[in-house]
Amino acid sequence: MAVEETAQPVTAPAGTVEQPTAPAATAQAVTMRGITKSFGGVPVLKEVDFDLRAGEIHALLGGNGAGKSTLMKILVGVYSHDGGSYEVAGRAVDFHSVEEARAAGVGMVFQEFSLIPTLTVAQNVFLTREARGRGGFIDDREMERRTRELFASMHVEVDPRRPLDELPTAFWQLTEIAKALSQNASVLIMDEPTAALAKAETVELFALMRRLRDQGIAIVYISHRIEEVFEICDRVTVLRDGRHVGTHDVASITPRQLIDEIVGRKLEHELEYQERPGRGEVLLEARGLTTQTRLRGIDLKLHEGEVIGLAGLMGSGRTELARALFGIDPLVSGEILLRGTPIQVGTPRAAIARGIALIPEDRRAQGLILDHPVRENLLLPLLDRLSRAGFIDDAEGDRQADAFVRRLSIQVRSTSQPTGTLSGGNQQKVVIAKWLGIEPRVLIMDEPTAGVDIGTKGEIVNMIRAFADAGNAVIIISSELPELLAVSDRVLILRDGTVEREMDRHEIHREEDLHHAIQGVAVQ
Amino acid sequence: MTDQPAASERFNLGRARSVDWRQYIIYIGFLVVFAIFAATLNDKGFLTSTNLLNVFRQTAIISIKAVAMTFVIGAGQIDLSVGAVAGLSSVTTALALGTWGLPLPVAVAVGLFTGFAVGIVNGFLLAFIGIPSFLVTLATLGIVNGLAQWLSNTAPIPILNDTFVYIFGSGDVGPIPSLLIWTAVVFAVGHVTLRKTTYGRRVLATGGNSVAASFSGVDVRLIRFAVMTVMGTIAGLAGILFAGRLHSGRFEFGAGAELSVIAAVILGGTSLFGGRATVIGTLLGSLMIGLINNGLTLASLPTSQQFIVRGLIIILAVALAKKR
Repeated sequence: MAVEETAQPVTAPAGTVEQPTAPAATAQAVTMRGITKSFGGVPVLKEVDFDLRAGEIHALLGGNGAGKSTLMKILVGVYSHDGGSYEVAGRAVDFHSVEEARAAGVGMVFQEFSLIPTLTVAQNVFLTREARGRGGFIDDREMERRTRELFASMHVEVDPRRPLDELPTAFWQLTEIAKALSQNASVLIMDEPTAALAKAETVELFALMRRLRDQGIAIVYISHRIEEVFEICDRVTVLRDGRHVGTHDVASITPRQLIDEIVGRKLEHELEYQERPGRGEVLLEARGLTTQTRLRGIDLKLHEGEVIGLAGLMGSGRTELARALFGIDPLVSGEILLRGTPIQVGTPRAAIARGIALIPEDRRAQGLILDHPVRENLLLPLLDRLSRAGFIDDAEGDRQADAFVRRLSIQVRSTSQPTGTLSGGNQQKVVIAKWLGIEPRVLIMDEPTAGVDIGTKGEIVNMIRAFADAGNAVIIISSELPELLAVSDRVLILRDGTVEREMDRHEIHREEDLHHAIQGVAVQ
Repeated sequence: MTDQPAASERFNLGRARSVDWRQYIIYIGFLVVFAIFAATLNDKGFLTSTNLLNVFRQTAIISIKAVAMTFVIGAGQIDLSVGAVAGLSSVTTALALGTWGLPLPVAVAVGLFTGFAVGIVNGFLLAFIGIPSFLVTLATLGIVNGLAQWLSNTAPIPILNDTFVYIFGSGDVGPIPSLLIWTAVVFAVGHVTLRKTTYGRRVLATGGNSVAASFSGVDVRLIRFAVMTVMGTIAGLAGILFAGRLHSGRFEFGAGAELSVIAAVILGGTSLFGGRATVIGTLLGSLMIGLINNGLTLASLPTSQQFIVRGLIIILAVALAKKR
C-alpha cells in the first residue's frame, strides 16, 4: 500500500504545534571532533570529525562497517565514545542514553524501528511520556489530539487510534519521525529510511524531509543509495574504515567521484549491463498464477541462462509472485511447469526438491537463524546431502562451509561465529551461499542488495551473472533499479498482481524509462 | 509485514565479545553446590556411594523426561503435560499387568503407547491445528490427569510382577541401579540425536527461526509434531519406571514434575525461546536439582523450607547464566 493513498496533505492549522524558529542557515547544529571508539579492542572509529548545520540534510555514506551507525549511535547516547568530544547547538555534551539525547533535541529514527506494533500510533508517539489527566491516569484523548496535530504539521493524515500493525510499513517511519518531533527535535538522524519504501512512499518521505529542513531542523541521512543523496541532500560526508574521508557540497561532486570515495578504489563497471550469451530452452513457466495473496493471473516464461527482473511498486505482487513460485503461498488457480511438465510446489521443501531456491526479502527474519553459527546456516539446506542414515558427516560439513566462505569471500573470523554478528553484506552472502550449495536451476532473489554496501553489490551482481551463464535461470526483484538493470535480460513490470508490461533490456535506455514504466507513465 | 527484531538486539551488537563464562555456569554451579554439600554434609553421609547412587535414582525419572524436553524447548515449544502423562501411564501399565492380566511385554507396550497417544494428540493440535503448545498441553494436563483418576478410581494399583519391578526401576545390575542404566541410555541417545543427526539440527533450526527453517526446506510442522510425540512416549517410559520403582500405578505420580523437568532443561543452558539446546547441560541441570533435593533432605530441613531454598537456588543459577 502506498502512502499516497492514505496520506493526503492537510493544511496545518497555524500555530498549533510549536516549531523551533528557524535559525540562520549557517548555525552549527552538531560538531563532533576526533571521535574514537573501539569494540573489544577493534577500533571502529578513528578520530572522526563531523559537522552538521541547522537546516540542512547531510548524507552520511560509507560501506558496511565504515562506522556510520556507530558514529550516530554515539551522538544519540546509545554508545559511549572512547576519545574526542561533541557539541550540540554549541554546548558540549556527553549523552549516556537515548532519553538524554532526545531531551537535548537529538532524535534518531532507527533502522529497525523502535516501535511496538500492537500499540496505537498515539501510544507509540508518547511511549514513556504519556500525557496525564485527572488523578494521574493516562489521558488518551490528549495524546491523540497532539498526535493528530503532529501528523498534520507533517502534512500526513492518520487516525492516532489505529494500532501500528494495521498500518503500512511506511507509516511506521512516519510515527518514528513524529515521536522525535514531539520532543522538539532539532537534529534528526535517519538510518536507511527508504530501505523498506516503494518509490512513491520515498517521494512522500523526501517531501516531508524538505519541509522539516525548511523549518530549520538538521537531518543526518544514512543511506546506501547514491542517487538519493543527489536528490535530497545538501552536503555529504564519507566514512571509510572508521575514518573521515571527505565532506562535500552535493552540488560540487559527481556520483562517480562519490562512489570512488566510498569504495576506496575505482569501482569497475559492474553495475553496467553486460550482454550475455543467448538464452536456451524454457526452464520454468507459470500460467495464470492466482493466489489469495495478490496475484491475478500471472504468466511468465523463464529460459535457461536468463535473468528476469521483476519491477513494480510495493504491493504490486513482486514478492507474492516469488512466494507462490517457491511454494509458500498456495495457488488458487494456475499452474507451474518445469521444462514443460506441470509440477506441484505446495511447500518450500517441494520447490527445493525441484531445484528452485528463494533468497527471501528479509534476510534477518526469513533467511537466517541469527543466533546460529555461520556454518549451521550454510549447511541447513544441505543436511540431507551431508548425512547417511540421518547422521551428519561433520568433517564434510566443515569442508563445504569453508569452501562457501572462500568462494563468496564472506568475511568471518570463523564459521562458528554467530551469523547475527556479521555485517549486512556478509549476512546476505551467507544466504546466497547456502542456496548455491544445493545447485538450484532456478534462483529467485527478493531484494538481494537491500542494505548491502556498494562493494558487495558488485560481487552479488557478478555472482548472478556467473550463475546464469552456467545455464541456470534467475528471477530478481529489486527496488534498486541500477542493480535490476545491471543483470536483467528482460524486465516484467507488475501492477496490482498482474504483469502490466514486459520490456526487453534493449528497450530500456535509461533508468528513467523503467521508473516511468513502473509509475505507469507513458515512455516517450 | 516483517517481524521486528527484539529491542535488545540493537544495543548489544557492539558489545565486546569476551569468553562468555555464563554458558558454563551450570558446570561451575554444579561443582560449587557439590563442594558445599561435601564440606558441610560429610558427617551425614553425603559423599558415600550409596547416597550418590540415591541421587541418581531419585533424579532418574526427571532426567529422562528432561532429555525429551530439551528437544521440545529447543524447537521453541513447551510441554506441561509430562507429569500427568507419567501418572496415567503408570496406571495403565499397572492395570495391564494386574487387572487385565496381560503379559509383561504387552503391558510395557500399553504404558509406552499411553504416552505416545497423548504425544500424538499434543503434536497434532500444535503442528496441524496451530494451537500454541502451552495451551494444548495445559489442557491435556488436566484431561490426562482426569483419565488417570477415573481409570484407577483414584486408588493405587499394586504391581506384584517381580520381573517388571526388577527391570523397571527397582533392580540393580551388579552395583548399578537399573534406573541409572535407563537414564544413561536415554541421555546417550538424546545427545547423539541432537548433535549428530539431521533431525537434531532441524529441531534447533525450527526453534531458532521457524520461517527461515521452513524457507530452507525444513518441514517445521513435522518437526513440531515429532518432538511432542517423542516427549509423550518418553513421559510414558517415565511412568513405567515410576510404577516399577514404587511397585504400583498411581495417578498422582509425576504431579508437578513438569516444573522440575523444565527447570532442569533451562538450568542446563537450553534457551527457553528455542534454537539453542544441550543434552549434556540438561543432565547436569537435573543432577543439580537432584543434588539440591538430596542435600536439603540430609540437612534435615523441613519440606516447606526445602521448597523455598530450591526455588532460590534455581533463581540464582538462572540469573547468573543470563546474558546481559
